[in-house]
Amino acid sequence: MIPTEFDYVAPTTVEEALTALADGGEDAKLMAGGQSLLPVLRLRMNAPTLVIDLGKIESLRGVRDDGDVLVIGAMTTHHQVMRDVAVHEHALLLTKATETVADPQIRHRGTFGGSLAHADPAGDVGVAVLALEAELVIAGPGGSVRTVSADDFFDDFFTTAIGEGEMLTEVRIPKHTGWGAHYEKFVRVSHQWSIVGVAATVKAEGGIISEARIGLTNMGSTPLRARSVEAALVGQPATEEAVRGAAASAADGTNPPSDLNGDADYRKVLAPVLTRRAVLAAAGV
Amino acid sequence: MARISVSVDGSSYSDEVEPRMLLVQYLRERLGKVGTVIGCDTSNCGACTVHLDGVSVKSCNILAVQADGHEVTTIEGLEHDGVLHPVQAAFRECHALQCGYCTPGMIMQAIDLLNDNPEPSEEAIRHGLEGNICRCTGYHNIVRAVQTAAGHAPAADPALEGTAS
Amino acid sequence: MTVTDDRPAKEVGSSRRRKEDQRLITGRTRWTDNIQLPGMLHLAVVRSPFAHAMITSIDTSAAKAARNVVSVLTGADIADEQGSLPNAWAITTDQKTPAHPSIAVDHVAFAGEIVAVVAARTMAEARDAAELIEVEYDELPAVLDLKEAAKDEVLTHPDLGTNHSAFWQFDSATAGTGGAIDAAITEARANGIVIEREYRQQRLIPAFMEPRSTVVDPTGEQITMWSATQVPHILRFLLAAVLGVSEAKIRVIAPDVGGGFGGKLQTTPEEFMTFIVARRLGKPCKYTETRSESLMAAHHGRDQWQNITLCATKDGTVTGLKVDLLADLGAYVALVGGGVPVLGAFMFNAIYKFPAYQFNCTTLLTNKTWTDAYRGAGRPEATYAIERIMDELAVEVGVDPLVIREQNWIKHEEFPFTSVCGLEYDSGNYEAATEKAKARFGYDELRAEQQRRRDSKDPVQLGIGISTFTEMCGLAPSRVLGSLNYGAGGWEHASVRMLPTGKVEITTGSSAHGQGHETAWSQIIADRLGVPFEDVEVLHGDTAIAPKGMDTYGSRSLTVGGEALVLAADKVIAKAKPIAAHLLEASEADLEFEGGRFSVRGTDKGIAIQEISLATFAAHNLPDGVEPNLDCDATYDPVSFSFPHGTHLCAVEVDTETGQVTMRKYVAVDDVGVIVNPLIVAGQVHGGLVQGIAQALFEEAVHDESGTLVTASFVDYTIPTAADVISFDIDHTTSPSTTNTLGTKGVGEAGTIASTPAVVNAVVDAVRQFGVDDILMPCTPERVYRAIHQAGSEGGGKPTEASAMPHFDESEGDTL
Repeated sequence: MIPTEFDYVAPTTVEEALTALADGGEDAKLMAGGQSLLPVLRLRMNAPTLVIDLGKIESLRGVRDDGDVLVIGAMTTHHQVMRDVAVHEHALLLTKATETVADPQIRHRGTFGGSLAHADPAGDVGVAVLALEAELVIAGPGGSVRTVSADDFFDDFFTTAIGEGEMLTEVRIPKHTGWGAHYEKFVRVSHQWSIVGVAATVKAEGGIISEARIGLTNMGSTPLRARSVEAALVGQPATEEAVRGAAASAADGTNPPSDLNGDADYRKVLAPVLTRRAVLAAAGV
Repeated sequence: MARISVSVDGSSYSDEVEPRMLLVQYLRERLGKVGTVIGCDTSNCGACTVHLDGVSVKSCNILAVQADGHEVTTIEGLEHDGVLHPVQAAFRECHALQCGYCTPGMIMQAIDLLNDNPEPSEEAIRHGLEGNICRCTGYHNIVRAVQTAAGHAPAADPALEGTAS
Repeated sequence: MTVTDDRPAKEVGSSRRRKEDQRLITGRTRWTDNIQLPGMLHLAVVRSPFAHAMITSIDTSAAKAARNVVSVLTGADIADEQGSLPNAWAITTDQKTPAHPSIAVDHVAFAGEIVAVVAARTMAEARDAAELIEVEYDELPAVLDLKEAAKDEVLTHPDLGTNHSAFWQFDSATAGTGGAIDAAITEARANGIVIEREYRQQRLIPAFMEPRSTVVDPTGEQITMWSATQVPHILRFLLAAVLGVSEAKIRVIAPDVGGGFGGKLQTTPEEFMTFIVARRLGKPCKYTETRSESLMAAHHGRDQWQNITLCATKDGTVTGLKVDLLADLGAYVALVGGGVPVLGAFMFNAIYKFPAYQFNCTTLLTNKTWTDAYRGAGRPEATYAIERIMDELAVEVGVDPLVIREQNWIKHEEFPFTSVCGLEYDSGNYEAATEKAKARFGYDELRAEQQRRRDSKDPVQLGIGISTFTEMCGLAPSRVLGSLNYGAGGWEHASVRMLPTGKVEITTGSSAHGQGHETAWSQIIADRLGVPFEDVEVLHGDTAIAPKGMDTYGSRSLTVGGEALVLAADKVIAKAKPIAAHLLEASEADLEFEGGRFSVRGTDKGIAIQEISLATFAAHNLPDGVEPNLDCDATYDPVSFSFPHGTHLCAVEVDTETGQVTMRKYVAVDDVGVIVNPLIVAGQVHGGLVQGIAQALFEEAVHDESGTLVTASFVDYTIPTAADVISFDIDHTTSPSTTNTLGTKGVGEAGTIASTPAVVNAVVDAVRQFGVDDILMPCTPERVYRAIHQAGSEGGGKPTEASAMPHFDESEGDTL
């Protein structure tokens, strides 16, 4: 189906985009890669009067090395993130999670920042950003720029810290060089969103886990950290038994959804199992 | 209305379009490129897959205005001087299509897959095609076709041993 | 005449690459939605959001005033002319069949029913205007559950007074084809084994890839309809019958059609509506559905509860089978409608020698999308039930499930065999197919591996599933259809036209939509007439070009339509013979026809059929009284069904920690009689397998408690992709059918019919050690997990949560 009528602008700078957003009023919509937005518009579940296409803002594309952090432009496509050697070296978890996003065609168009701003709790990228303790840079009217930690970024279903008149411009990811990583995505058919996903990145020395970061996809209204598991893993050997024990609390305190693919209780069953598998794979076991 | 200039299958086109028009609608309704088809509303089925600047995209999930200044290749632009693209030929050779509705998208994605990874394993082929739904073939012969196009045909399938024409 | 060097001795049996493919792989296709006509208007519809309601008012004024809108029509506007959509098969003479208007007039009975239509100059404007139509409804209680519907407490159609549409029974004692089921049950309860099971056939959606589309051009003397249909001939007949337009004034064309699987075996509200609107406005009109509309409003399939009682002696010899079905018709009785479960009535007994059999089927109306044929239509349901319960018998007796099957199946030397339903199975060899399948599968090795995994308590358990199926296809002997109160015959038509250049044009009443008839029919004619494969052109799917036909469904095209083609070709040869004799100055009795030539026996004199064709066209030198025309028609009415069979073996791995099922290996050895094109047959088997596997593991149409289809997009109606299935190992045995010249049987549905129970048997086999004897389909990870971990099968029967993940929801917030 065709969307309802809207006006369209394609600014070439962040400033122009923010001006358009301010001028466009509450029915203006920013479009990144459009891979989630366009289905919504085609199903006529949303009818913006203005679509602001960010696709021509070159400054928002690409990955750069900034000392201890990697900076990823919001309009960098999933495909670019997935193939970026610096991301692979310093934020392997993001590579692994991004590889599972949708399908190749969607990854060619869909963007890293677009996924984060869309904040679908079943999306795969948010949890990696959360686990890697990234900071998200948000630009606002009048040249204002603020930085929000990943912990504070995700508010609720499809809701983030990005305020009215603001946009996400880039994400700063602390380097996790040398950390192993794995994203365990559980689906019924391959092109689905995650029923549950577990992102694990661990630092192991001599077979002992020294640090771990665990993120859970679709176990609540936002991506979640499994901090109790992270704490329990520290100092543990990367063995099936030890990791099983540590992963057991993965679902504690979560409030996952119930839907066609399984109810909340079942998701709580999956989380510890997938966490164990993700951690073991991340540790190279 | 917005004015766009797009190169499609090697020809240049310039048109006024509504911003809301999808690329696939522009291709079909304005350019008569009806080889590219629409199979769903949610970008799951992949039937509308084309190449935009050389990589596969779902043309139902892009606005025509976004293609302004870019190059599009559709299923109709693959054949050159009457010679099929090797992936087209492999689809025919391996009986990788039945009703043919998913075929344009499937072929376009298979080409992208091989551009990306010229020697894919069966698993890589299957995952590389996960954005394309086929309801007829059970995918078995589509996988064979991609393997054949890659020059890595598996041990002969009994059914393929008959006389080729 | 072209001759290529590598021409096979026989075309039939060779893996000719398809003629159809050149256009399909280059995008040179003609789908209905491609068609643009001068001044063509685009239709968009408003559909009821309620499963059950009265329409109290419709305000179309804003829509009528919208830009480029030409007309807005409601059901009331066309109430006098639209009639009722047809049901061709009242399964009983007292069947309750609610009137089914194309556009609802005052009552809507499912969510998705059309209530108004807009005609505008562009598709976008039609959609925009449709959103301006204001419909007010008085919502009524809806009945959505099949068992609830049976209680008649809430009515789908209050005017009808009941949800019960019909009750249909077959009883072998009454029919004189077998013993009495009650006696068999009594005896088994006393001295043998009685197994009672309830199985669920979940609701499925055919989900062909090409959404339905219809274009109607009312200009000119005939009204032309292009439609994405499997049944152009039936559609033409029913448009005429329902709307009172002379059949001769209607031409229906099914151009390239993107899949059907039974889903386009329907005469639809959308087709009738488009016809009516185009005729009213005098302008060509097009309606193309969206995928959401397709999933919501194109007919669904399956949806039965099956109560099965199997009786056997203590050693496992079957003595009787009783089947009690509840079948969900949805809101209306569709074209075949209640006939779908009846098509399964004769297949529950399958390949086994049941001495007594009774089949009871109650068809019920519910406030959901109407159901009709979906690949297999009745036979997958039957095969599922019998193949599942035979496994249960094997467990009860304590033998391998293959052993219990062999103990009970018809031995190959017993063919032809008359089943307990009175059907004569012409040929088959279950032993041979099973032996071949076992060898390819590595049955004994996999059983050993299964034991090892059990012994080591491997978190990933192996299951082996078996399905030794048969089916009846090749619909159908017209007399049989008549005896079942079906509204039409089951014949098929073909014609062969000999063109002066030596090319051969054939028309067929079958209407392919992916099956490869253009190729297979060319192979048959090439052999029969001795002409090159390339010189045969197959025309179909247009009632003006191929005027007679019964179309394509029920694995009938080759066994019925192919036979018609053979008969027509033979008539051509007979017709050419006197001309050949005349031109050769020989006696007809001395002529023989082989390899496309008439030869005078014992001489080197001869003449090719193409030369006769040219001479007939010129007509300068024909025998007296012979018409200058070699063309011939034939209409073939089958004498019997055809009974393909096969043994399918499936191995799955079940992750006991998550319930995830992964396909490990699948072997299918099918006996489909003589194979015309092995490549095409393999394709049919592969595709059928995945549709059957999808029923077992992936797909289900789910409605929420208000009757809204939750699985209304491909996000939630989870069709498997390439990454979800495996490569298959397929092979054949060949027991030629004895009821047609070519010896063929049908293959279009075999894979789907056989694979579902094979997969579920494998899943249950993997987890039976945990006390599980059934898991509801689709065997989702959640259900499998619960079955393993929640004491027996209870957990595996948990209904699907009727809510979707809200990925494409209005609640969607920031997009960067």
